This record gives sequence, C-alpha cells and structure tokens, in this order.
Amino acid sequence: MTIRSVLVANRGEIAVRIIKAAKALGIRTVQVHSAADSEMLAVKLADEAINIGSPAPKKSYLNIEAIVSAARLAGVDAVHPGYGFLSENGDFADAVEAAGMIFIGPSGEAIRLLGDKVAARAIAARAGVPTVPGSDGRVADIGAAEVVAERTGFPVMIKAAAGGGGRGIRIVQSLAELREQFPLASAEAAAAFGDGGLYMEKVIPRARHIEVQIFGDGQNYVHCFERECSLQRRRQKVWEEAQAFLLPDNVRQRLCASAVALAAEVGYRGAGTVEYLYDEDGRQFYFIEVNTRIQVEHPVTEMTTGIDLVQEMFKVAGGAALSLSQSDIRVHGHAIECRINAEDPAKSFLPAPGTVTRLSIPEGDGIRFDTMLYAGYTVPPFYDSLLGKLIVWAEDRNACLDRLAAALSKLTIEGLPTTIPLHLALARDPSVRKGTFHTRFLESWLETDFSTVDGTSAEVA
Amino acid sequence: MSKLEIRSPLPGTFYRASSPDTPPFKTEGDIVTATDTIGLIEVMKTFQQIPAGLDGKNITFLVENEEPVMAGQIIAEVDP
Repeated sequence: MTIRSVLVANRGEIAVRIIKAAKALGIRTVQVHSAADSEMLAVKLADEAINIGSPAPKKSYLNIEAIVSAARLAGVDAVHPGYGFLSENGDFADAVEAAGMIFIGPSGEAIRLLGDKVAARAIAARAGVPTVPGSDGRVADIGAAEVVAERTGFPVMIKAAAGGGGRGIRIVQSLAELREQFPLASAEAAAAFGDGGLYMEKVIPRARHIEVQIFGDGQNYVHCFERECSLQRRRQKVWEEAQAFLLPDNVRQRLCASAVALAAEVGYRGAGTVEYLYDEDGRQFYFIEVNTRIQVEHPVTEMTTGIDLVQEMFKVAGGAALSLSQSDIRVHGHAIECRINAEDPAKSFLPAPGTVTRLSIPEGDGIRFDTMLYAGYTVPPFYDSLLGKLIVWAEDRNACLDRLAAALSKLTIEGLPTTIPLHLALARDPSVRKGTFHTRFLESWLETDFSTVDGTSAEVA
Repeated sequence: MSKLEIRSPLPGTFYRASSPDTPPFKTEGDIVTATDTIGLIEVMKTFQQIPAGLDGKNITFLVENEEPVMAGQIIAEVDP
C-alpha cells in the first residue's frame, strides 16, 4: 500500500522535517498540535491542522486516544511519530495499526522488545554484538547487585531497565555507595518509568559514543554508516558528526556489520539506530541500546550519504522493499550538526523561551538549517528547548569545522538566548579540532575552557 | 491592608509539590519566609524552584497546580 496522506504526531523541527519529506513525495499532510502550538511552523506548512488538547504533553502529544481520533477524523493512511513523545511507545504503534492505519516505524512488538534495555542486551548478545560487562538481565536485589559489582569492579552504573535518553542512570564508586544508591535508584525508576527494574553495567572510562544508522524492510537490512556523538551535556547530545573521527576502518566495518546483524535478529522494519560505547585504547566497542525511530542527528548521515532517510521511512512503511542495497551506500566528506537550543550558556544553560524578533539563516553550499523558527514566532515554555539544528558538510573534517564556524557566525536568532556561542567556541577549540574528546569531555570543558571564553555572547551579537 | 505578591520569574507550568505523591511545599494559610520554596516551575522540561522571596503569612495561591503561568504573573499572595 502506498501512503497518500499522513498525520504528523509530533511538533517542532522534526514535524517540519517530516512535512517537507512528505510533500516531496506528494503525500497530503495533517499536523496535530496542542493549544500552545497553533502558531508553530509545521501547522502553517501542513495541508490541514488539528488541535488535540491543552499544552501539557500528556494531554496532547502523549495522548494516544486523541491522536488516533484525529487521524481517523482526518482520514489519513499513516501516522509518523517523529522522535520523543510517542515515537517509541509500542502501544501507540498498535493503536494506530488497530485503527487501520500504518505506523511509520517498527511493529509495536519490536518497539517493546528493543525498548526494554535488558531484553535488548540479550538480543544483542544473541546477534554476536559485544555488550558492556554487567548483569545478566535485571538485578533482583542488593545481594545480586553486590555479586555483579564484585565481578565488573567499580565504578559501575545502575541503570533503569525502562530508562532511556540518559535518564535513570547512577554511577557508584564503592560497595557502600552501591548499598545506599540501589534502593533509591529502584524507587526513582518506579516513579519515573512505572517500572522499578534495574540492571548494571561497568563504566567504560573515556569512551566515545558511536552509533550506527540502520534501515530494514523486514527482509533486507542495511547500515548507513556511523555517527560520532561524544559531545554531550548531562548525557544529552549537543553536537554530532558523520563519520566517526579517527575510527579505524576495520573497526568501522565490524561495528556496522554488528548493527545490521542485530536488525536482522529482530526482523527490523524502518529507520533505527544502534548505539555503542567505543573504547579507543582497547579498540573495542560495546552495545548500549537501540532507538527504534528517526533520530535528532539523522541529517549528518543524510549529508554524507545523500540518502533522504525520512522519505525512505515513508516508502518502506508503505510496503515498498528497501530501495538501497549495501553496496549503493557510500560516504562522501564530513558533516557536523549543532543543536541550537533556547538556553543561556552564561546562566548554566537556563532554558529561556521567548519571541524571535529577528532571524537570519546562513545559506550556501554544504549548509542546512532544520528549524521550527520564523521571525515573530513565540517559543512556548512547555516543550524541550531545541530550536533548530545547523548541519554543515565539507570535503573533510577541517574544512567542515571552518565552514561551521563561518556559518555559526552568520546565524542570527534575536529575542532569546541560544547556545550558538557554545558551538562557536567548540568549533574553534583545539581539542575539538584534533578530535580528542569522549563522553565526559564537554562537562569539564564547560567548567574550564568555556568559562574563560568571556564575552562569547558579545562576540556573536 | 494590601497583600504582597509573589510573581513567577519564568514562563512554564506551575507545580505546588515536588511530585504527585508528596505534600505541597505550602498549604493555603501558611506562613512563609523569603527562602521558603513555594512551588516549582517546569520550563522546557527542566524544573526550577520558586522561592517566596519575601516574608509573610496566610499564603493564598492564585495559580492551580499544573497550570501554565507567564513570566511576571502573580502566583500567590501573602499578608505582610
């Protein structure tokens, strides 16, 4: 079945991105929105818009019944969930299918299986993908946790089985700390995710976060190579690159092949990402988790492979076989994405919504800006602070960094603070230039190097 | 006797307790001191504590729990 109309069950820049991909394929678009989002760009661009509820996400973008009703009312063939909100909710995928529509993503069953971090670890192990040393599944109690910790050594991470996106993680340094934190972590996991289950993983120090973009149609599986996402703040990515810098070719081949093996193990359908930690010293990679959706950082893969991943999602969900074979997928040049957030770097990244009084977007070869902004738009306070993503491509990494710095200097968003000064400082930083960073790099860099870059705002203004 | 106003420093969603299972920071009629937390504002998925910022008594809330607020909006009033 070919998809002729789609309901976009998300907001912000990804809703805009989905609408543009749908329009390119001649698909009619219906955008849902909360009462706080009637002026958002995706609403203006879509063929039709439906108000599904009040600003609180649980009353609108997380309300399965409201979204499925809107999709029925609009008479669409399919629903695209974007990222975040209900994108990795197996029950939502099932509800869409039960209502006779196509869910643009994997089956509800696959989402649940891979969303359970413990089950996903077991699947990875079955597919021959190395996992971080830790517990075999859930840890029943503190006694079992002590046994695991003695085997892996400290520091060790306690993680919520139902967690994700960096949430529900605690690092403990000793047996005493483990005894103290274990019950707290369980209570917190129960409160946050409705599941107090915990598992444990050894901490891999100074690791890089590398992930592989996969694609499947349930029969055939390919990878679109890897991304480097080690620059993180509070376990949230702020800057992503394709390909991973300094990754030896033989490691890259094994890494990408392992992600495809995992996709095949579960008969994966649609776009997904397999995330790994990479220990540079030991040249060893370890599976962390699978994201069963399109990701924020997908454009760097698009810029280096020339594949439109969102259009491909529509085609595969519509029943078409994968149009790509592995030998068709090649990488050209280097791409970097900066997440531009409505946060004030000078005030501990305090989120600061407001009205965009002036907007000037750089244009030119190798520059792309995926955004939800327009001049005069008021960014609401109820959702995350991502305003847009500046993605820059060039022949090699050094040229890409130069072009990125130039593009960031020309990107003007007035009326509210943004993280542009942070990215400009990173683009010029010698360690970032050399590529010698890991997942803990940015937080210590912010305390030392960035705090000494006084007047970064003035520099950009 | 005019009331003293406690205004929201941020736009967002107002919460009177740190979680649905815990009692509110302040109950109607309570005494407050400047450093007391009277609620949380959720702004862009982060939670900021809101201090009373003044001393007073007999607090009255003008914003419901989980209700959206604008920056500068009066959240509560107290008697001097």
